[in-house]
Amino acid sequence: MASPIAAWRRFLARPNDDRVKTLGIAFLVAFCAALLVSTASVLLKPRQQAHIEAARQAQLDRMLDTLPGLRDLMLEAGVDALQTRLVNLETGSFATGIDPATFDPRAAAQDPATSIDLPPEADIAGLKRRATLAPVYLLESDGELKVIVLPVEGAGYQSTIRAYLALEADLNTIAALTIYEQGDTPGLGARITEPAWAALWPGKQIADETGEVVISVVRGQATTPYEVDGIAGATRTSNGVHNMLRFWLGPYGYGPFLETLKAEGL
Amino acid sequence: MSLLRHVTAPLIANNPVTLQILGICSALAVTTSLATALTMSIALTAVLCASAAIISAIRNHIPASIRLIVQITIVAALVVVIDEFLKAYAFEISGRLSIFVGLIVTNCLVLGRAEGFAMHNPVLPSVLDGLGNGLGYSLILLVVGAIRELLGAGTLFGQSVLRTTAEGGWFEPLGLMALAPSAFFILGLLVWAIRSWWTVQNEAPDFALRTAPEAPRQ
Repeated sequence: MASPIAAWRRFLARPNDDRVKTLGIAFLVAFCAALLVSTASVLLKPRQQAHIEAARQAQLDRMLDTLPGLRDLMLEAGVDALQTRLVNLETGSFATGIDPATFDPRAAAQDPATSIDLPPEADIAGLKRRATLAPVYLLESDGELKVIVLPVEGAGYQSTIRAYLALEADLNTIAALTIYEQGDTPGLGARITEPAWAALWPGKQIADETGEVVISVVRGQATTPYEVDGIAGATRTSNGVHNMLRFWLGPYGYGPFLETLKAEGL
Repeated sequence: MSLLRHVTAPLIANNPVTLQILGICSALAVTTSLATALTMSIALTAVLCASAAIISAIRNHIPASIRLIVQITIVAALVVVIDEFLKAYAFEISGRLSIFVGLIVTNCLVLGRAEGFAMHNPVLPSVLDGLGNGLGYSLILLVVGAIRELLGAGTLFGQSVLRTTAEGGWFEPLGLMALAPSAFFILGLLVWAIRSWWTVQNEAPDFALRTAPEAPRQ
C-alpha cells in the first residue's frame, strides 16, 4: 500500500494536461474556496446580524422621535426603548415561549413550518406567504397601553415596501407611518419616504364607527379623516401602501389581535 | 532593489488606471467620497495581494486548459470573504459600496495581474506586484475621490473644509461632482496631466491621419 503522501506526490507529478490532474485540481480549488467562504460567512454572521438589527432599531428610534410627546411618556415610564412582544396572528393573542430577540420575521415568513400560504383573494398586499407570528413594539405605563408599533410590508410598484405603523392608545388613530425600506422609482414612488408625506398620516383614523377598516390612500385631495393624499405620478406605489395597510389591519393581518387588545387590554 | 521596482513602477509610470485604463467602472462608482474610495482601495489591494500569492504558489500545478476558471474561483472566494468582513466590521460603508465590492471579481485589474504576472513568477515578486498595482489603483481613486468630495460637498472624509451655503458659508457645491461623468472628466484630465509630464507614456497612433488629396483643379 502506498502511503497517502506518496500518492499525493504522484498526483502532483502528473503532467498538467493530464485529465485526472485537471479534474483533481479543479475539485481541490473549488473545495478550498468553498471552505474559506463558508467559514468566513459562519464566523462573521453574528456580527453582521447585530449591525442589521442595530440599523432597524435606529430606524424605529427615529420614528419614535417624530411622535410628539412620546419621549416624555417613555421618560415617565422609565424605559429607553419600546417593549418587543410576539403576536400570534391566527389567534390574535400574545405568543409565549419564544424569545422575541431571537425571532427573525423574514426567515419565519419563508419557512413552511412557521408561515401560512395566503389565499390569493385575501393576499391584496402581494405577499404570497405570511409568518404566523409577528413582532410588535409597545409602550405601556401602569399596565395601560400608550402606543403600539406594528411592522407591515407589501408589494409596491417594483419593490417590497416595509414600514412601521404606530397607533395611539385607542388603537384607531394613526400616530405615524414610517417607510423604512423600499426600492420604488426615485423621485416618484420613493417619495413615500419623504417627511412631507409621512406628515400626512398622524391623526388619521383606521376604522369608521361601525368598525370597518376604511383607511385609504386616495387620488387627489383627501377629504375625510380616513383618507390620505396619494402621490401624483406614483399611483401604483400609493395603491401598494393602501393595500398594505388594508391587508395588515384586516383579518389576515393584525385585525384579530387589535380586536382582542381592544376588548381585553394588555 | 529590483524587487522594490515591482511596487514603485505601477504607482505612476505604469499605473493600472491611467496608463492601462483598467478598473474604470469602480473608479467612477465609488469615488463620490473619500471614505468609500479608501475602503474600496483597501479591499482591492487586499484581494490583489492575496490572489497573487495563492495563484503564484500553485502556478506550476494549474492545468493550462482550466487556468482562467481556477484564477476566477480563487479571486471570487477572496472577494466574498472581504465583502463579509466589510459587512461585519464596516457595516455603514459596506452599505454605501453596495455591489461594487462584489464586482471586484470582474475587475480586469485583478485577473490581469494574476494571468499576466502571478502565473509566471515566484510568490514574493507576485505579492509585491499585486501590492504595487493595488497602491497605484488606490492612488488614483483617492485623488479622484478627494476632488469629487471637496468640490461636490465641500468636505474631506466627512469633515467640513469649504463651508457650503447651506451651512451659512460661501461655497456652492457642484452638483455635477456627485455624478459619475465628473469622474470621467477628472480621470481624463489626470491622464492628460501625467502624459504631458511623462511623454514616454504617449502611444504612437495606430493609424496615421490621412488628409484628403487636394481636389484636382479644373
